[in-house]
Amino acid sequence: MYQAFLVKYAEIGIKGKNRYKFENALCDQIRRRLDPLEGDFVVDKEQGRIFLEARGDFDTDEITETICRIFGVSAVCPVDVVEDKSWESVTQAAGDFLEKHYDALDFTFKVEAKRSDKQYLYTSPEICVEMGAYLLDRFPQLRVDVHKPQVRVWVEIREKAFIYSVVIPGIGGMPLGTNGKAMLLLSGGIDSPVAGYMIAKRGVYLDAVYFHAPPYTSERARQKVIDLAGQVSRYSGPIRLHIVNFTDIQMYIYEQCPHEELTIIMRRYMMRIAQKLAEENDCLGLITGESIGQVASQTMHSLAVTNEVCTIPVYRPLIGFDKQDIMNLAEKIGTYETSILPYEDCCTIFVAKHPVTKPNAKVIRHSETKLEEKIGQLLQQAFETVEVVEIDE
Amino acid sequence: MEAYLDNAATTRVFPEVCDIMVKMMEEEYGNPSSRHTKGIEAERQVRQAAEKIAASLKCQAGEIIFTSGGTEANNLAFLGTVLANRRAGKHIITTQIEHPSVYEPLVFLEKQGYEVTYLPVDSRGRVSLEALSQALREDTLLVSVMYVNNEIGAVQDIARLGKAIHGYSPQILFHVDAIQAYGKYRIIPRRLGIDLMSASGHKLHGPKGTGFLYVGEGVKISPILFGGGQQRGMRSGTENVPGIAGLGEAVRLIYQGHSEKQKGLYQLKERLVQGLQEIGQEIGGVRIHGMEGLSLEETAPHIVSAGFQGIKSEVLLNELARRGVYVSSGSACSSNHPALSGTLQAVGVSEELLDSTLRFSISVDTVPEEIEYALKMVREALPTLRRFVKK
Repeated sequence: MYQAFLVKYAEIGIKGKNRYKFENALCDQIRRRLDPLEGDFVVDKEQGRIFLEARGDFDTDEITETICRIFGVSAVCPVDVVEDKSWESVTQAAGDFLEKHYDALDFTFKVEAKRSDKQYLYTSPEICVEMGAYLLDRFPQLRVDVHKPQVRVWVEIREKAFIYSVVIPGIGGMPLGTNGKAMLLLSGGIDSPVAGYMIAKRGVYLDAVYFHAPPYTSERARQKVIDLAGQVSRYSGPIRLHIVNFTDIQMYIYEQCPHEELTIIMRRYMMRIAQKLAEENDCLGLITGESIGQVASQTMHSLAVTNEVCTIPVYRPLIGFDKQDIMNLAEKIGTYETSILPYEDCCTIFVAKHPVTKPNAKVIRHSETKLEEKIGQLLQQAFETVEVVEIDE
Repeated sequence: MEAYLDNAATTRVFPEVCDIMVKMMEEEYGNPSSRHTKGIEAERQVRQAAEKIAASLKCQAGEIIFTSGGTEANNLAFLGTVLANRRAGKHIITTQIEHPSVYEPLVFLEKQGYEVTYLPVDSRGRVSLEALSQALREDTLLVSVMYVNNEIGAVQDIARLGKAIHGYSPQILFHVDAIQAYGKYRIIPRRLGIDLMSASGHKLHGPKGTGFLYVGEGVKISPILFGGGQQRGMRSGTENVPGIAGLGEAVRLIYQGHSEKQKGLYQLKERLVQGLQEIGQEIGGVRIHGMEGLSLEETAPHIVSAGFQGIKSEVLLNELARRGVYVSSGSACSSNHPALSGTLQAVGVSEELLDSTLRFSISVDTVPEEIEYALKMVREALPTLRRFVKK
């Protein structure tokens, strides 16, 4: 007997001729994530699912946790593979499996059988009946319920026998690498890491851009963003983080433009910079953590004014989320604790007491004309001094 | 160019200290409790370190308990005396400008039913003898006063405080947190009336994770760590032999030609204060804390606290760091907390400067060029940062 895992995927199943690409992408991701773990692994796809064999000194929980975190996985089942297909050893193994995985053996159950070895002693219905009888005999507290069982026990007879039952839900989504790349505007806050996670979940690779404003934002704030990118990359794979020194641009806007327009104009320049970096790095869109009405710069009016400087799509996966929902997600993916560390980011410094909440595009465009003298040079300088940090888990 | 002016946070380890520590890790790595040659060698090193410290304090080697640093020494001082003197009273006196490693154990003791009096300080951070005398009571068990304040460098008149305490009652224990003072001053506990004194290794070019509590002969104290009975049962746990050896060597070195070293520090401090005042005269809005009406020698030789009007200390700190000048905002130990400094409030620093204060601290490693460079950078940074103030 040895240990294996059945990896189930959901949406890939409905893809047509491209399906193999999605499956291959998922297999690649699984191999990549398992690589640092102890043990030897063989990943194979077969009939609408992925089969993973583990050998050596491995940790089952670590493997299931790792796989459940891979985008595209809908569920993982630990499987006991029985090489000796004799009925005695198969029933014995099934009983042992239940003992191993369930604390109390007093539930209702049903045996599900599949048989590709047509020479086998029993047919599928017979397997169900015989296995059920064996289990009832061995564990008298069990009861059969073929309609709504609490536990399904799967027995598959192929070249070997496979026994599984426990279904550990996966994270869902689509395998990374099946859907291009996007540029995430990453701040030190709660929302943007979650936004990055959500888009990555649809199979999208991430680049990220962070606007640093030294000396107003500290080294620790910068490190916090690097840490957040690291936490997102546990799901999204490697992230190339572009750190833009935004101080001079921000100060120039602060000097030249009406104070209550500072944030909205800053946002427009951030979008412009992000878009240029996106284009240079083969990103097909921008991602922000904006949510309607959360702050002054995220009213419908503000979003419209910010959005108009972009020509590539801007993905805002949190747009309809309440703050609490976003916080819950942040906790779930593990970025919350880092996000709430109290370091100022560049959006909170010099912010006006009453920033505009219903900016008018014409007015904002007019204000920006006051920047004409130096902004080109400052942008140039910002692009030339971008610091790139390669983030990998 | 760099200027490391954060020596009250920690200091660079002396090369000789590194050498002896490496030797203790690579060669004489025995456990002092082992009976064989290797153990005896290690035991000898621990004893020698204690003797080096004892020489600096003119005390017995047996009066030194090695700890993991200043925090443990302070905790041991409070919890240890309280445990050993349960019937001696439930009143403790300290000041309003203590370090959290004094303050927090006392808060804990308050919850256990002890009463703590926090003496106020004047604008230079000094405790008045009158306030102390009034606070002393029949049931006072312990008085704890820090020798040099870590944030503004205020120095207490320990000898007079000691005399007042023991004049009131010889039974009352006098603890001195000397973490910022040891290595800067010649301290002879017996002459100053000190019963217990905490010190830390990494403030005087020794390794982090080292320190000691001086416990004067006859002072009753209970251990707070129990186990194998090392250090005469006062502090169980295998001795940190490399650290202790390094600490001993650092102490020996820092007290070699000590008065010359102290004079050198004061010269550097004088230039630093003068330079900051010049900047203040030139562009305005610079204020040195805790020195008004005092001669230079009445303040600690290594700490200068200055407020810079209109600039958040964190922003100035970041800007200086970018230029290679390393300083602290308030006290490094407490700057993880967004809460404003208690010391600065206690000495009456104005509201607008509380969050605009930096601490510059020097050591025997500091050279005049660093001071000049730091002053130049402060001078350059201030006008730019002041241009952008919150509207």
